[in-house]
Amino acid sequence: MATNTPALAIRADHVTKIYRRFAHKRQFATLKSAILSGSLVRDLKPDETFRALDDVSFDVEAGKTYGIIGRNGSGKSTMLKCVAGITKPTNGKVTVNGRISALIELGAGFHPEISGRENVFINGIMLGLSKAEIEKRFDEIVEFAELAPFIDAPVKTYSSGMYMRLGFAVAVHVDPDVLLVDEVLAVGDEGFAHKCLDKFAEFRRRGKTILLVTHSLGLVERFCDEALWLDKGRVRGVGDPKRVVDAYVTEVEESEEAFLAAEDARNRERVDLGAGSSVPAPADGTDASVTAGNVEAPADMFQAEAGRWGSREIAITRVDLVGPDGQPGHVFQTGEPLTIRLQLEAAHPVKDFVFGMGLFNADGVCIYGTNTNIEEMSAQEISGKGEVGFVIDDLALTEGTYKLDLAVHKLDGFPYDYHRQLYTFRVKSRIKDVGFFRPRHSWTFSPSIRLTQLSGPEGWRPHMKDDDTTA
Amino acid sequence: MFHNLRQLVRYRALIQSLVTRELKARYRGSVLGFFWSFVNPLLLLVVYSFVFSVVLPGTHPQEIEPYALFLFCGLLPWTWFSSSLTEAANSLMAGGNLIKKVLFPAEILPIVSVLANMMHFFFGLPILLAFLLYFQPTITFVEVLWFPVVVAVQLLFTLGLSLLLAALTVHFRDIKDILSNLLTLWFFATPIIYPMHLAPGTMSKAVLNANPFSHFAVSYQEILFYRGPFGHWKWLMAIFAASIVLFLVGYFLFDRLRDSFAEEV
Repeated sequence: MATNTPALAIRADHVTKIYRRFAHKRQFATLKSAILSGSLVRDLKPDETFRALDDVSFDVEAGKTYGIIGRNGSGKSTMLKCVAGITKPTNGKVTVNGRISALIELGAGFHPEISGRENVFINGIMLGLSKAEIEKRFDEIVEFAELAPFIDAPVKTYSSGMYMRLGFAVAVHVDPDVLLVDEVLAVGDEGFAHKCLDKFAEFRRRGKTILLVTHSLGLVERFCDEALWLDKGRVRGVGDPKRVVDAYVTEVEESEEAFLAAEDARNRERVDLGAGSSVPAPADGTDASVTAGNVEAPADMFQAEAGRWGSREIAITRVDLVGPDGQPGHVFQTGEPLTIRLQLEAAHPVKDFVFGMGLFNADGVCIYGTNTNIEEMSAQEISGKGEVGFVIDDLALTEGTYKLDLAVHKLDGFPYDYHRQLYTFRVKSRIKDVGFFRPRHSWTFSPSIRLTQLSGPEGWRPHMKDDDTTA
Repeated sequence: MFHNLRQLVRYRALIQSLVTRELKARYRGSVLGFFWSFVNPLLLLVVYSFVFSVVLPGTHPQEIEPYALFLFCGLLPWTWFSSSLTEAANSLMAGGNLIKKVLFPAEILPIVSVLANMMHFFFGLPILLAFLLYFQPTITFVEVLWFPVVVAVQLLFTLGLSLLLAALTVHFRDIKDILSNLLTLWFFATPIIYPMHLAPGTMSKAVLNANPFSHFAVSYQEILFYRGPFGHWKWLMAIFAASIVLFLVGYFLFDRLRDSFAEEV
């Protein structure tokens, strides 16, 4: 079964796919008017084009598992459709050797009114099997889909999970030489997902070629022999999966940074903090739904929405989250230092003040909160401009999005300036541990227990006691 | 184009199972089930007989007796033709999932529409046969031999038109709506409820002759209804030639637009 020669299973040769977009007018044209104005032929020609794929070339050797990653709209699925032959590239050529089965949409050809059994046969024929071949594999398909008790019921009575399972079962039992997979591993429950992965592993063992389009970067790193990164229809990186995924992740972080920065700027504008500048925006003309400028704190602090309130006797004029590089940012790595830097301005000298901070997860659950009073610091005086830093040595958070409360208030709680969840930042981690809090930790094992470190993700090392295990 | 046509032969198992599925799925869940294939044409016949013998009596000439049989000869093939076109025009949109997500030769969809309706036509034939045996047991063997020829020509004609409409409807969704009205007009412009030689005064013979379906209707009527030899075969052969051209044109256009389907559907 396994081929000795490193033959190519898939070759994409300078593939360009141009989708045609029609001008607004064209959509309302009728056949009649098209004929009357003699524009039938012209109307069938595009007015505007969109390059979904731009000169993409890659080779997949037979027996390899090849991953395609990229953001939404980067052309991954179009590439897969070109390989599957569902759409033709505008320019360039795709050659595939061997029987293809495409897991693009599971159960795409199912007819809801007829039974699962009949659908298996028709779907199998659509995917290129003969009736006899399906008969031979039928029991296996039904068993794999775990649908034996329901196989004679009409497909419309199936749950969506059952539907997908049956579609998946038929598609993988076509016994293709080349399997195209488009983000369908999230089929069914945990147990079935494992079964699917096992099936893919079996395909690999038997020397079949798999082309995988996915957002699951872990899967690409673990599973693929080679990876391709598409960005806006162009090849951004190709080769070793780990290297390609790293490059991709770095860029995603950069764009997330930009996104969060924009969101941050909007938030600051809403509560009339000058976006990134020390000049406060005019107090009027702000969004009425935001509690900007209110002196009174909301009655229930736990229900309070994002916003800003307080008397502004002491005002927080600017907030920066500063990473290890000393630059303000919004995306940080687990385990790295982080400083929350506040710029303050007191209208007149004040003797009664407390600085506080609260850290929340994306659901609004408070993870940590403290203030200068709790930490037994007694206020003396603040006057004019000043700066406060909250220095975190080791950002012991798991991957996720977090929000910050920052406040300066009186000892009795009267707010000078309260910023409720106005600052959002994201924590990235190469290790997909769960929860919110990652205690600094390491594992120890007695000599009778032996483990090997599979990969040495950067985020892991600072916590590893002995780095030798990564060798 | 011809390469694709040859490919079609490879897909006959798929076409066959899709036609079967179409027939099975259609009456799934109804009480009479498959029986509807027989009941439907019968009911249609009852409706038309009611209209022309009770509501509008005397509008059909007395020499056309039994009128029900005459009506049935044209009505049954017309139903096949018109439902085929209606379904085929919509077939690519209805099967959009297949075209977009599965490697699937799109022309199979309109072809399946036509063939499934042909099967319904065949299921109606026993009723026609029963009528014939009851009213007119004098039909000659030679005439009956012509019957499959007419069916074959009509199949080719319908396929050609269906491919054309299916491909165009993807780009002009309006066709779907225009089509049902056009078909009604076409029905009354065809000698189905009236005989060819007694066409309404305003309808000239030239118009009827220019209507291809007139010749199918007349052919069926000459074979099954009128006594005497099948005299319409020259017209039938002309229509046959035209059908070949229509099929090739339809398939050619379909083939040319094929690549746009996955994006436009």
